[in-house]
Amino acid sequence: MYEEYSNEHREYIRKERITKNAVTISRIIILSAIFALWEIAANMKWIDPFIMSQPSRIVNTVINLSKDGSLFLHTGVTIYETIIGFVSGTVLGTLAAIVLWWSNFTARVLDPYLVVLNALPKTALGPIILVWIGGTTGSIIVMALLLSIIVTILNVYQSFRSCDEDKIKLLKTFGATKVQILRKVVFPSSIPEIISTLKINVGLSLVGVIVGEFLVSKAGLGYLIIYGGQVFKMDLVMTSVIILAVAAAFMYLSVSWIEKKFVKMR
Amino acid sequence: MDKVVELKNVTMNYHTLDGETQAIKNLSLDIRRGEFVSIVGPSGCGKSTLLSLISGLIKSSTGEILINNEPVKGLASNVGYMPQRDHLFEWLTILRNTTIGLEIQKKLNKDTMRNAERLLEEYGLGEFKYYYPNQLSGGMRQRAALIRTLAVNPEILLLDEPFSSLDYQTRLAISEEIWLIIKKEKKTAILVTHDIAEAVSMSDRIIVLTRRPGEVKSEHVIQLTTCENKTPIICREAPEFRIYFNKIWKELDVHV
Repeated sequence: MYEEYSNEHREYIRKERITKNAVTISRIIILSAIFALWEIAANMKWIDPFIMSQPSRIVNTVINLSKDGSLFLHTGVTIYETIIGFVSGTVLGTLAAIVLWWSNFTARVLDPYLVVLNALPKTALGPIILVWIGGTTGSIIVMALLLSIIVTILNVYQSFRSCDEDKIKLLKTFGATKVQILRKVVFPSSIPEIISTLKINVGLSLVGVIVGEFLVSKAGLGYLIIYGGQVFKMDLVMTSVIILAVAAAFMYLSVSWIEKKFVKMR
Repeated sequence: MDKVVELKNVTMNYHTLDGETQAIKNLSLDIRRGEFVSIVGPSGCGKSTLLSLISGLIKSSTGEILINNEPVKGLASNVGYMPQRDHLFEWLTILRNTTIGLEIQKKLNKDTMRNAERLLEEYGLGEFKYYYPNQLSGGMRQRAALIRTLAVNPEILLLDEPFSSLDYQTRLAISEEIWLIIKKEKKTAILVTHDIAEAVSMSDRIIVLTRRPGEVKSEHVIQLTTCENKTPIICREAPEFRIYFNKIWKELDVHV
């Protein structure tokens, strides 16, 4: 195929490729520069490595934590809680949105409550949940769920409502029942919105999980961060934050990947 | 004469908190079997409301609607509705789109499936049945939409400005094709449109409605002198075409 392109087109493709590579290289340079500068600044005592930590100490911390297996334990716990959080938040939120779509009366009654709950910073409920449920994984998952469910309900319900009225009318002329309208058009046409809500929920659930782990303080990256802060082990805090960033990106990319698969399928 | 659809003194009011709107007032009309009737009128004269009333989607405030001499109660089962845009579902294949009505009416079986496939085959979509709507051209999508309506085998077709979303060339070609399909399948058709030329070229009869609240203003039986096989595009060349066009245009009394 490639050989059949005209010179002009080949030149165009070459330029595009150069730009793309330049972007990637720039990204790598920025990251490397930050870490290099950080390392040098710490070694030259421009900054206090005890407070600011430094890349080499982070690497050592990672190695030490992997040796006793606690790195995988804490990362695994956080990822596990987050996945449970955003999946259950999306599923339960979607179910609630179906109820609202089904009964316009319920939707009208509940509207102000949803608005207030949406505006309320859910992390403020952390201590209450901790007291009610106790210092268990349950509390952390409920936090993650709370953070994502309200947004899910509002987004998915909005998407259900914006389903094309004429498409619904078309099905009605065939004699469709409400269940059929939901199954054949309202739900399928909202799937892209539900998946994009799932993506938002990855981030929101992670916030819930970290706050939950701060409070419960038993395991997870949130626990490592709060523990490290309390005993002034900034290496541990920085390491945990970096692992957290990697884990978050990993989960987000997984959901994006699922989304792409889905879009292709349709 | 064999009346398929009969409206007797139908009035339709819409209610909102801002007040009451009379969409249709005291409207009576008959449609005969096998006829192609167009309803034209100024925008907002209740043309689409009329189709919703005939299909039984909404109930008239007063008056009576009969289909085959039976009053319409709930949804009319022998009426097929074709909306303004094709409204094919992007996530279903063409075949599954055309059988959605059968699926909803729980009539999807080997025979009805074969019939839907026959229609697709016959009207040039056979090889596209496993394609998705976004892989088809506007005209092909419109044809698929008509087949979706025909698949449930309705007696009467209600066409709600079905060509208005197409560009002019496609519109001429597809209105010709759809007219031929409707005639071949021997259906009664009611077309709502604001395109006078389209109405004159396709119809046996045109009913002109007044401004809201819609009433019947006039009726025109279209008789065009053309050669034997008259189709919408050939009809546009008939000498009387222009006369009907001008007459209806004047009756619509458009002020911009």
